Amino acid sequence: MPSYGSQTPILEARGITKRFPGVIANQDVSLSISPGQIVGLLGENGAGKSTLVKMIYGLYEPDEGEIYIKGSPVKLSGPRDAIRRGIGMVHQHFQLVPVFTVAENIILGDEPHRSIFINMKKATQEVARLSEQFGLEVDVNAKVEDLPVGAKQRVEILKALYRHADLLIMDEPTAVLTPQETDELLQVMRGFADNGVAVIFITHKLREVLAVADTIEVLRGGKVVGTTTPGETDQAGLAQMMVGRSVLLTVDKAPATPGDVVLDVQGLSAATDLGLPAVRDVNLQVRAGEIVGIAGVEGNGQRELVEALTGLRHCTADRMTVAGKNTLGQSPHAIHAMGVGHVPEDREKDGLVGPYSIADNMVLNRFDEPPFSSKGVRSRSAVNTLATDLVQEYDVRTPSISTTAESLSGGNKQKVVIARELSANPELLIASQPTRGVDVGSIEFIHSRIVDARDRGAAVLLVSAELDEVLGLADRVVVMYDGRLVAEMASADVDRSSIGRLMAGGDIQQ
Amino acid sequence: MRARYAITLTIGILSCIVVAFVMDETRTVSVLSFSLRYAVPLILAAMVGIICERSGIINIGIEGQMLMSAFAGFFGAAITGNLILGTMLGVGTGMIMGAFLATGAVAWKMDQIIAGTIINILATGLTSFFYSQGYVLPAITPTLRIPGLADIPLIGPVLFDNGLFTYAAILTALVLWVLLFKTIWGLRTRAVGEMPGSADTSGVNVQRMRFINVTLAGGLAGLAGAYLSIEAASNFDRGMTAGRGFTALAIMIFGAWNPIGALGAALFFGLANGLASQLQADEVIDIPQQFISMLPYVLTIVLLAIVSGRVKPPAAVGKPYEKE
Repeated sequence: MPSYGSQTPILEARGITKRFPGVIANQDVSLSISPGQIVGLLGENGAGKSTLVKMIYGLYEPDEGEIYIKGSPVKLSGPRDAIRRGIGMVHQHFQLVPVFTVAENIILGDEPHRSIFINMKKATQEVARLSEQFGLEVDVNAKVEDLPVGAKQRVEILKALYRHADLLIMDEPTAVLTPQETDELLQVMRGFADNGVAVIFITHKLREVLAVADTIEVLRGGKVVGTTTPGETDQAGLAQMMVGRSVLLTVDKAPATPGDVVLDVQGLSAATDLGLPAVRDVNLQVRAGEIVGIAGVEGNGQRELVEALTGLRHCTADRMTVAGKNTLGQSPHAIHAMGVGHVPEDREKDGLVGPYSIADNMVLNRFDEPPFSSKGVRSRSAVNTLATDLVQEYDVRTPSISTTAESLSGGNKQKVVIARELSANPELLIASQPTRGVDVGSIEFIHSRIVDARDRGAAVLLVSAELDEVLGLADRVVVMYDGRLVAEMASADVDRSSIGRLMAGGDIQQ
Repeated sequence: MRARYAITLTIGILSCIVVAFVMDETRTVSVLSFSLRYAVPLILAAMVGIICERSGIINIGIEGQMLMSAFAGFFGAAITGNLILGTMLGVGTGMIMGAFLATGAVAWKMDQIIAGTIINILATGLTSFFYSQGYVLPAITPTLRIPGLADIPLIGPVLFDNGLFTYAAILTALVLWVLLFKTIWGLRTRAVGEMPGSADTSGVNVQRMRFINVTLAGGLAGLAGAYLSIEAASNFDRGMTAGRGFTALAIMIFGAWNPIGALGAALFFGLANGLASQLQADEVIDIPQQFISMLPYVLTIVLLAIVSGRVKPPAAVGKPYEKE
């Protein structure tokens, strides 16, 4: 608990500027946080949020400006120094040792000990005490690799609290969480504030900052473009500040004009990696010129369904055709060649080859087709022409097309995947979580592209854990629960609370 | 699961030994003593591998580190006329070779396989070039008979009547196990080898940890080398390590990067060789000597084929640590 008066800010940054070769990541940024305050740091990908908190955490050194911790100016030599001064950070990519237990992970670097030996009993007690105090439930003796994502994040938070953090930096903590887990986390964050811990909460989900932050700082192009509070603004106002223009938070589209059946699936069943039934006897049709959205809580067979449809997972079915051609038992490559585009839910793992250039990633599934290669020899110039066009058309923010895909931000990576899949003019587009971890401006863009594809006559199957996305984008909504499609409705007729009940396995008439 | 196999295997082997002991006391004791002596450098060298790889550094230069130390140890002892001084010289040389690997693989972030290979080539070249005949050790290394314990039948003469190096090797394995799994150093070392980024953000200095561990491990390779020339052979020969540094890596894998596991694996290796030599000497099996000499290498291949893919190395092994 902080003993000093709440008048002294825990952290104050004054006129911070940070330059990288070719870019100014932060320009004259000032920020002040008092004990028990939650500051929402909002901005598009590349707005300079991460750079700013990395300076506060000692990972970068500011070129100009000063950082004050508890009233005294500091020059942080690294994260160790920051931790010592009570700054903790929950990273977007968890910094946990998978084979260690929860307790081992938390105490690492600051172990309770008797001479050289670790006092495991004391460690366990201390972690259990913190876990109870802040309502962060974890099994202290479980191995981290066996834990679900939400629990891993709680371990990360506990790790910072164990080090007596009185300022907690959370870098997009909700990006990996389900809606329920997100709500729990927001509550936990309020709990920190009540305990006098200050929080810097980075996100680009407007609803979340409005729900939990005391003040909101909006960054754009490395500068603070606005400081506001949830009482003074709303989602539309924040979005406008972030992007610098007014943003459509709802999808603007004409009514669908469905044509012939493109995807036709009867009696599809598939199993999980462990061999448990995941998709049970699914019947589904998607017509040309319509977007069918699959709503559902994650883990109800959506992933397995998409993998089955794209040839990535073994499945059984009475019929599985795309535009009349059988896709059952075909390879992913063959299915792609039949005109199926696939935006996978995990772009890092299934959508891109990180160390390859953007140009190569743009032709990942047709590098061997003309004009990108002829007689087994690749044509660099054709690939580069395509990549240059697509980078421009899809507004991928990158220094060049030879930049590696892994060095792009999440939103730009996603644009590369979308560009690749849509530029092949698919008859059927299967898009899984197309805007996960993507900022508001890019979401709007990706949504409009998907609608464009529909208007061009493509059939679109959309899978998303964001109910708002499904309702906003789809023309027809099906609800998936426990491997089955349990309901179907036109999206105009959908009532949020009844669809929520269906997603939870309930009945529509409750 | 694996632990259960290991226990079953150990019990099986131990009961065979007891049966053999009842049938022929002197032969059994002599085979076991030979096996243990054979295992000593393998135990020590496997510990080198474990310390390095648990810290995230591949050390395929153990062979060269041992060879250099065997050389320095032997000539040091012969010239100064002092076995202890020679041994210390061997250990010191090992640490220098360890620091050499650490400089390349940790500080300069070189490819670790190349850094290790350089050590092996350097060691072969230097020791062959400077080798000269005509030196002898001032004395034979003393053995230490632990009174009381040494009088227990079977166990006594095998375990408690040995050269100092043998005790040192077994003790090293036991102590290393405690250090790795019960101490602050161990937790940090394993974190550095599994997920250096996590160790770094937790306040552990990854580079320093790796540098020190690789250097200290070199000292153990030095001890193994000194054992070979000062105690086992009482002489230095060109290339006398004969692949033991590589065999030790196989033992490390077979022991699943666990000091106790590797101790068991090294003893098993020693036993296989001890038995084969005895059978050969007794003319029970009549095959050319060359095939017996092949045994450790064949065994290495077979064991690696069985085990590899079933045990998991430290996740960050072989990757230089780059701060974000």
